[in-house]
Amino acid sequence: MAFNITRRDFSSLGAALGAGLAGAPAFAQSNIQRRDVPAPNLAIERGATLRMLRPVRFVQPDEEVFRANVARFAQQHNIQVRVDFVGWEDINQQTAVTANTGAGPDLIIGFGDAPHVYADKLIELTDVAEYLGNRYGGWKTLAQRYGKRHGTNNWIGLPFGASGGPLVWRQSAVREAGFQSPPDDHASFLRLCQALRRNNKPAGFALGNAVGDGNGFANWLVWSFGGKLVNEDGSVGINSRETIAALNYLRELYPTFVPGTIAWGDISNNRAYASNELFLTSNGVSLYFSLKNDPATRPIADDTQHTLMPKGLASVSPMAGLTLNAMVFRHSRFPNASKALLAFLLETEQYDPWLQANLGYWAQPLNAYNTSATWTSDEKVSIFRDTMDTEFYNGYRGPITEGTAAANADYVMVQMCAAVASGQATPEAAVREAERRAQRFFRRR
Amino acid sequence: MDATVSTHWSRNRPQPTALARFFDNKAVLVIICLLPAVGLLTVFLTYPLGLGIWLAFTDQTIGRRGVYVGLENFEFLFTDPIFWNAVFYSVFYTGVATIGKFALGLWLALLLNEHMPFKSFIRAIILLPWIVPTVLSAIAFWWMYDPQFSIISYIFVDVLGWRSENINFLGSEWPARWSLIFANIWRGIPFVAISLLAGLQTISPSLYEAALLDGATPWQRFRHITFPLILPILAIVMTFSIIFTFTDFQLVYAITRGGPVNSTHLLATLAFQRGIPGGQLGEGAAIAVTMVPFLVFATLFSYFALARRKWQQGEGND
Repeated sequence: MAFNITRRDFSSLGAALGAGLAGAPAFAQSNIQRRDVPAPNLAIERGATLRMLRPVRFVQPDEEVFRANVARFAQQHNIQVRVDFVGWEDINQQTAVTANTGAGPDLIIGFGDAPHVYADKLIELTDVAEYLGNRYGGWKTLAQRYGKRHGTNNWIGLPFGASGGPLVWRQSAVREAGFQSPPDDHASFLRLCQALRRNNKPAGFALGNAVGDGNGFANWLVWSFGGKLVNEDGSVGINSRETIAALNYLRELYPTFVPGTIAWGDISNNRAYASNELFLTSNGVSLYFSLKNDPATRPIADDTQHTLMPKGLASVSPMAGLTLNAMVFRHSRFPNASKALLAFLLETEQYDPWLQANLGYWAQPLNAYNTSATWTSDEKVSIFRDTMDTEFYNGYRGPITEGTAAANADYVMVQMCAAVASGQATPEAAVREAERRAQRFFRRR
Repeated sequence: MDATVSTHWSRNRPQPTALARFFDNKAVLVIICLLPAVGLLTVFLTYPLGLGIWLAFTDQTIGRRGVYVGLENFEFLFTDPIFWNAVFYSVFYTGVATIGKFALGLWLALLLNEHMPFKSFIRAIILLPWIVPTVLSAIAFWWMYDPQFSIISYIFVDVLGWRSENINFLGSEWPARWSLIFANIWRGIPFVAISLLAGLQTISPSLYEAALLDGATPWQRFRHITFPLILPILAIVMTFSIIFTFTDFQLVYAITRGGPVNSTHLLATLAFQRGIPGGQLGEGAAIAVTMVPFLVFATLFSYFALARRKWQQGEGND
């Protein structure tokens, strides 16, 4: 998944959208079906002032639409709302400080696991979540996983969207290799990659210390064989027959990759793909848009297709999305205003323009937005619509804890795969090493 | 001319006020003058260092206050192959890079000490690698070592046609380690060269003239005049260089992030990786604390092994 779109790629589009915002909305009309259900009765505190943090935009219109939405809320209720945009690397740390000191922002849109780590510092959002779920056709599977406290129906986070990283591939190269599209079973997928390599149009997935792309591929590999990092009860479950089968498969798959993927960071596959060195990889939608908006790479974009990662032995494609998750802190003096703001932002009038402004980078957590014009504006983007229809998440299948995020950030799964791919370790040894490291992250305290 | 305009002249100095006497007190003066320095050191040095050492004995994470766990972090680290790999590479990286920097830096300093056209200009140019912010030069090296877009691969494969595929600089253990060491040497040479050049210029030309009259060869002049006389500055520069290299962070983090599979982690990058992105503050602090003995040892080594000369301490000749 690439978080690395540049402003340059979108500057023209941003300007167009920005200009449109000033006057009439420039967004396509979506036909969002919603039911009229009674809204929770949230008496907004008089004279409330809210402070909110969220990750920085990845395209300019994201920030513009978001600010406009928030400003409208502030105006309607005659209160003050300040939104600060924080770098992606910093938001976890700032959330931690906010939770621990009991001071600072009233609400934060952080990443998936944060509300679970700080659950006892947050107020429950169940009333708002149930209202929105009833009104907008229900919450998607991944949204429920990240929103609800483990094993309960109590909501502690309100997911705002997820960013997926499906397969991105060159139609011409896959056809040349004898396939119409990437197949769903392991054996055929391996044959496809071998044929691509023979034709000198290789596939490649990041196996370096790349938080997004590396973890995305390693998780897919293990999950598609039925393996998992954590058992349902929270104990470490990586050392299994399934994981070893996955790593043995990787030993065959890796030689078909373009050389050097063990040193790849999050941006490497984007660069290689854009320069005709790489013909099949996994990435967020940003890669496609940067190709499409640059006349020099436009032909590559036209030849590009997206499909879900191969299912392997799983019943649905094993991909987890990076999820935006909003939370309201107990120390806030204006809990009703905070909750009302979050609900307001997820209503059609606000959410749909925001979704469209993000061009498909974020996919909705609520079913009704499946009909958003975001997903019809470009058919190659439509696959990202279902990003949150998945039972897989970082830390699958255990409860989401601080260990989940730490194991992800410390590349436990990625390095297990890389050690096998590079021949440094046997699958058995690599799994034992991953188990050793994971046990420390998931130890009971 | 009336020289005695003053109307209030008295033989005795007026009694100083209590405040003045207070400030004239030597003990008070000492305390007042030291206070800013001590305060700054306490707030910005002692406290963070103490806190870091304290954290190493807790299980604090980002997001949760830790409790005292004694030596648990260290016990885990001593069984952790990734940690030992980082210890090995830190020592190896520092050792090889220091030797490389000093061999090439000394050579460069000797060359720069000769008379040549545009002397000052060349000396200024030489400093460039050191002046460029490390992160920028690291990013330049990152591109040069890129598996797909390396200029070095391009020259060998597409221009000269000597190789059929790109060089995989960072894809396996040892090539990645040597690539980082090369980048560090490239960056460190100017500092060594310019510092040693300063030392060379303090050597009196009369010594060389005397040696010439005695028929000394260039090697003898270097061995018996140049080398002993720049040894003190060499010791200081080496101490600094070892500390900078051992605690290096930016080059490794920007180029490999410790990869492939943790083989290029230095203690500093591993401490950061575990402490901040990994969230295990206690463990990260423990890794950082384990650097202290190495640094003390390195400092003492270069100080005592290279700089213990009697004349340095103001006594006669060696």
